[in-house]
Amino acid sequence: MVNKEIVVVGAGPAGLAAAIEAAKAGGEVLVADLNILPGGQLFKQIHKFFGSSAHRSGTRGIEIGRQLLAEAEKYGVEIWLNSAVIGLYDDRVVSIEKGLNSGEKELINIKAEKIILATGASENVVRFKGWTLPGVMGAGAAQTMINVNRVKPGNKVVMLGSGNVGLIVSYQLMQAGCDVVALVEAAPNIGGYGVHASKIRRAGVPVYTRHTIIEAKGTDRVKEVIIAELDDSWQPIAGTEKVLEADVVTLAAGLKPISDLARLHDLEMVYNGVFGGWVPKHDENMESTQSGIYVAGDTTGVEEANTALEEGRLAGIAAAESLGYIAEKDAKERKDDTWKRLDGLRMGPFGEKRMYAKNEILACFPARS
Amino acid sequence: MCMRIKDHIILGPERAANMVWITVDGKELMAKEGEPVLASLLAENIIVNRYTVKRKEPRGLFCGIGQCTDCAMIVDGKPNVRTCITPVRQGMVIKTQHGVGEGGGKNGE
Ligand SMILES: Cc1cc2nc3c(=O)[nH]c(=O)nc-3n(C[C@H](O)[C@H](O)[C@H](O)COP(=O)(O)OP(=O)(O)OC[C@H]3O[C@@H](n4cnc5c(N)ncnc54)[C@H](O)[C@@H]3O)c2cc1C
Ligand code: FES
Repeated sequence: MVNKEIVVVGAGPAGLAAAIEAAKAGGEVLVADLNILPGGQLFKQIHKFFGSSAHRSGTRGIEIGRQLLAEAEKYGVEIWLNSAVIGLYDDRVVSIEKGLNSGEKELINIKAEKIILATGASENVVRFKGWTLPGVMGAGAAQTMINVNRVKPGNKVVMLGSGNVGLIVSYQLMQAGCDVVALVEAAPNIGGYGVHASKIRRAGVPVYTRHTIIEAKGTDRVKEVIIAELDDSWQPIAGTEKVLEADVVTLAAGLKPISDLARLHDLEMVYNGVFGGWVPKHDENMESTQSGIYVAGDTTGVEEANTALEEGRLAGIAAAESLGYIAEKDAKERKDDTWKRLDGLRMGPFGEKRMYAKNEILACFPARS
Repeated sequence: MCMRIKDHIILGPERAANMVWITVDGKELMAKEGEPVLASLLAENIIVNRYTVKRKEPRGLFCGIGQCTDCAMIVDGKPNVRTCITPVRQGMVIKTQHGVGEGGGKNGE
């Protein structure tokens, strides 16, 4: 068994920020991520940010990602890629399937003094006839292919969902050279911000509000997509079907926190609709109901990259403090500053709901024994 | 048809990469070293990665971040490898997976 002071699960903005804070203070930090590249969702975000505040909102996700990686390196954070964390055991043992250069995997158990879970979120599925056909995929999956790997998943795309992710990814698919043949939205109005919506309209993408996908057709891949209009009770209206020629359907129906490790290890969870599902309870240090295990970022409720980053900072500072690397007074100051920035990010019509949701989660934290 | 994005308005021209040979269902293909296997296949417009055990339905890219297992294939003889998070190496042998895959259990084909 290997010993490490702090093990961080996930190298997205939350995990990297946590690692940087803890390493900067003097802690020994290992970050494990199952992906080939670090950065979590950041490197697919080639647009200027939709973050709800002025704070970094003019910066592209890829730039924030590069900055974080440079800092992580500077402070000596160790990052294992291609390395999935597959289990947590008593006394903070972390089981990692480490990817080796040979392409093989090696199972390594690490005894950690502190664990920080920053596993992010996954995309919600929408079911319709043919939804499992190759060519039907998450909007984020298509975004990863075009912006990170620079390959197109197909040529003609039907996007389902008009929140910010649906709008931004539609636009990016066009920048990649794909044709977006329809933006389909069940609600009567577009869900995302006006700036993004007007870009889509200006580009001439047909927008079908009050519509849904009835079926994706094809043998080994999508060839046609059937959409139909919805009535006031969200039921398809017979006779309104339209057949669209397309080889890709992208689903942008929101995200849900990835909290399997937390659940498997019996951290206390709470359901929160605003945040996309079940999330681990945590206190103002981002510490879960099991002492020494912290949580941060989308895994504690789906928000945005900047909030993930600040929550990661909190967890990193708190973990370093409890290991004795930061004096209480100093840590308090830094945590207070971070909370102020978080409050700033949770303002405005969209942000306030998240502020309220976060407060509910903090309020249900059981008293520590 | 090549699906690679050569020029990009924000990301600029395609970066030079080390090209290697891989074999996909017996056919040789050029791929970028280190990119996900799934991306090399998409570049060649190959979108089916596997067929399901019972109903033999095709599956392909769904999450792209290692969460769903729809992209599993047989890589260098090992079944159930998620190709969206597996980097390409020179000489890799990749096969479409049918069911649980060769050597992957008694129902394997
Ligand atoms: C398609 C899409 C578009 C978005 N666009 C924007 C935007 O424009 N602006 C914005 O502010 N926000 C955006 N977001 C949201 C924002 O990116 C996320 O809120 C942010 O990335 C969350 O950071 P995180 O660190 O919590 O998680 P992530 O960035 O998701 O990172 C989590 C990491 O954990 C790893 N991981 C998970 N499980 C394990 C495990 N068991 N073992 C090892 N590693 C594991 C994953 O591989 C991943 O790298 C978008 C999200 C998506 C999905
Ligand atoms: S596409 Fe989901 S695991 Fe690869």
